[in-house]
Amino acid sequence: MDQFLQHVINALSLGSIYALIALGYTMVFGVLQLINFAHGEIYMLGAFTGMYTIRWLRLEEHPGIGSLIIALIAAMAASATAGFIIERLAYRPLRKSPRINLLITAVGVSLFLQYSGQLVFGSDPQFFPTGILEIEGYNWSYGDLVIEPMQIVALVLALILMFVLQYIIFRTRLGRAMRAVSFNHDFASLMGIPTNQIISATFMLGSALAGAAGVLVGLIYPKIDPLMGTMPGLKAFVAAVLGGIGNVTGAVLGAFTLGLAEEFLVGYWVPTYRDALAFGILILILLFKPSGLLGVHRAEKV
Amino acid sequence: MNMRLVTRVTLGFAVAAPLAIGPNIEAQAAEDFIKIGEVGSTTGSEATFGVATHQGVDLAIKEINATGGIKGKKLKVILLDDQGKPEEAATATTRLITQDKVTAIIGEVASSRSLAMAPIAQQYKIPMISPSSTNPKVTEIGDYIFRVCFIDPFQGFVMARFAAENLKIKRVAILRDVKNDYSVGLAKYFTETFKKLGGDIVLDQSYSAGDIDFKSQLTAIRATKPDAIFVPGYYTEVGLIARQARSLGIKVPMMGGDGWDSPKLLQIGGKAMEGAYFSNHYSAEDKSPHVQAFIDRYRKAYKDTPSGLAAMGFDATMVLADAMKRAKSLSTSDIRAALAATKDFQGVTGRISIDQQRNAVKPAVVLKVVNGSFAYESTIRPG
Repeated sequence: MDQFLQHVINALSLGSIYALIALGYTMVFGVLQLINFAHGEIYMLGAFTGMYTIRWLRLEEHPGIGSLIIALIAAMAASATAGFIIERLAYRPLRKSPRINLLITAVGVSLFLQYSGQLVFGSDPQFFPTGILEIEGYNWSYGDLVIEPMQIVALVLALILMFVLQYIIFRTRLGRAMRAVSFNHDFASLMGIPTNQIISATFMLGSALAGAAGVLVGLIYPKIDPLMGTMPGLKAFVAAVLGGIGNVTGAVLGAFTLGLAEEFLVGYWVPTYRDALAFGILILILLFKPSGLLGVHRAEKV
Repeated sequence: MNMRLVTRVTLGFAVAAPLAIGPNIEAQAAEDFIKIGEVGSTTGSEATFGVATHQGVDLAIKEINATGGIKGKKLKVILLDDQGKPEEAATATTRLITQDKVTAIIGEVASSRSLAMAPIAQQYKIPMISPSSTNPKVTEIGDYIFRVCFIDPFQGFVMARFAAENLKIKRVAILRDVKNDYSVGLAKYFTETFKKLGGDIVLDQSYSAGDIDFKSQLTAIRATKPDAIFVPGYYTEVGLIARQARSLGIKVPMMGGDGWDSPKLLQIGGKAMEGAYFSNHYSAEDKSPHVQAFIDRYRKAYKDTPSGLAAMGFDATMVLADAMKRAKSLSTSDIRAALAATKDFQGVTGRISIDQQRNAVKPAVVLKVVNGSFAYESTIRPG
C-alpha cells in the first residue's frame, strides 16, 4: 500500500510539471491552431534563467520562499519575453501561410534554441542550486512513504499558477478576448479585439508557465542541460492532446493522467517503456478519440 | 525582387564560405607531422569524459614532441567532437581517415561510440586505440582495434568480489542504463560473478540515459531491502539517482564502475554520494613515483587533478607512441603489429600488456567517495 501511495505522490509531482507545460501548448493551439514545438525550449530557458538568477543575485545566501519567488518571476519574465519574440519573428509573418509552414518553422525554432543553448550555456549538464529552499534532507516520512517537501512546493505552486490562469481566462476581459480569438480571428477583430496583441499575450502567458515549470523541475531534479526540454515538451504535447487540445481544463487533466500512467507503468511493469508510453497514448487517442478526453468534436459543415 | 535575391545569395555565400576554407588550413602544415586522430565527446551529456581524455592525450603529445617526436617526426592530434552520439563518432572516424588521412585513431571513451567507430577503422585498416571503453565487443570487431584498459568481464568481477569479500554483502539490487552497451554489459558480468560468489541479485531495474526521475525504480528497489545498489551507469544519471535514493530513505551504499569517474558526479550528487564505491583505472592517491610525477605535470598544465580518463588518455597516447617507435616503419600494418606486441609498458595506470584479444591486462582500483573526493580503497588484480 505504501508503495502505491508513493507512486501516487510521485505522479502528482510529475503531472503538475507536465500540466504547466501542457497549458502553454493548449493555449497557443487555441488561438493559433499551431503546435508550438519550441515550447519545450522555453521551459529549458526558464530553468537556465532561474539558475543564473540565483547565481548572480547570490540568492543561495538567503534561502527561503522569497528567493524562490524572485527566481520564479525572473524565469517567467524571461520565458514570456522569449515567447513574445518568437511569436513576433517566427510565427506572425507566417500567419496567412499554410499551417504546414508554421509547423516546420516551429520545429526550426526548437532546434535553433537547443543548439544556441548548447553554445551559450555549454552542453554539459549543470547543477541547479537547490539551496535556495533550505529543505534539503528534510523529508516527511510515514512508514515507508516518503514525501519530499520540494514535491509539495512544486505541486502547490503549479496549482496556484493554474488557478491564476483559470481566473484570467474565464473572469477577465483579456481572457474573454483570448477565448474569442481562439473561436475565430476575423470575427473577433470585427468585434474590436486587437487580435495580434491578444495572440502575443497568449504566447507570453503560456511561456511564463513553462518558464515556471523549468525552475520547479530544476529544484526537484537539480540537473539541467540545454536539451532538457525535448522530452518533457513532447510529453506535455501528448498530455494536451490527451485532454483535448485547445481545452485548458483538458490539458491539466491530460497531464495528470499521463503522470499517473507513466509512474505506474515504470513502478509496476517495465521502466524502459516510460517514454514509449507517452507516444503510445498519443497514437491511441488520435485513433480512437482525436478530440481528446474533454475535447468537443466540432463538425465542419461544408 | 532582384535586390532581395542578390541579398539572399550573398548571405548564402557568406555562410558557406567559412565552411569551405576551414579544412584547407589543416592540409598545408601537415607534411612533417604524424597525424593522429582523436574522437571524443567534448560536448554533450558526458562532456567531462571527452575533455579529460583529450587533456591527457594532449599532455602526452606535448611531452613526446618535446623529446624530438618519433622517427624524426612530431606528432599532431586532430580532435573531433562527437557530441556524445554514436552516429557522430562514426562520421568523425570516417572523416579523420578519408579526409585528414590520420595514421591512427585514439577513441572513444564510451563503449557505444567505440562500437560505432571500430568497424570503420577496421575497414580502412587504421589502428584504433580506445583509452577507456570496457565493453569486450569493441576489440572483437577486428585486429586493428586495441584498448589500454581492462574489460567489463573483469570490472564486473572486481565490484562483485569487492562487494562479497570486502563489504561482505549478500543481497544487491541493480539499476542499469538500458541505452548503454557499457552499463548493460557491466551489469551482466557483475551478476555472473556475484552469483558465483554466493550472492543474490534481489532486483534488476533499468532506466534510460537522459531520464531524470528514478523514483519509481528506486521505490521498487526499496521494497526489496537490498544491502547495496549496483548502478553501472554514467555520472550524469548516477548523481541524481543517489539523491533520489537518499531522499526515499534508502541508506545502503551504492556501487558502480568507471563511468562514475567525473568531478560532476560529486557536484550533482552532493552529500548523497558519500560512502559510495566504484571501480576505476587508477587512483590519484597512488604513491608510486611515476604516477605522482604524472599528476604533478598534469596539474602544472591544467591546474586540476587528473581523473582516470585523463590518465587513460595519456597512457593510450604513450602506448601508441611506444608502438610507433618499435615499429619497423610508420605504415599502419607495422604500427598494428608493434601495438599487438606491447609487453609490460609502464603506464601511469599500471603495467600495460596487450593480450591476444588486444585488451590490456591490468589491475583495477576501488575508490570510495569520502568527504567530497575519491579516496583509494582497494586494488583488485586479475586472475
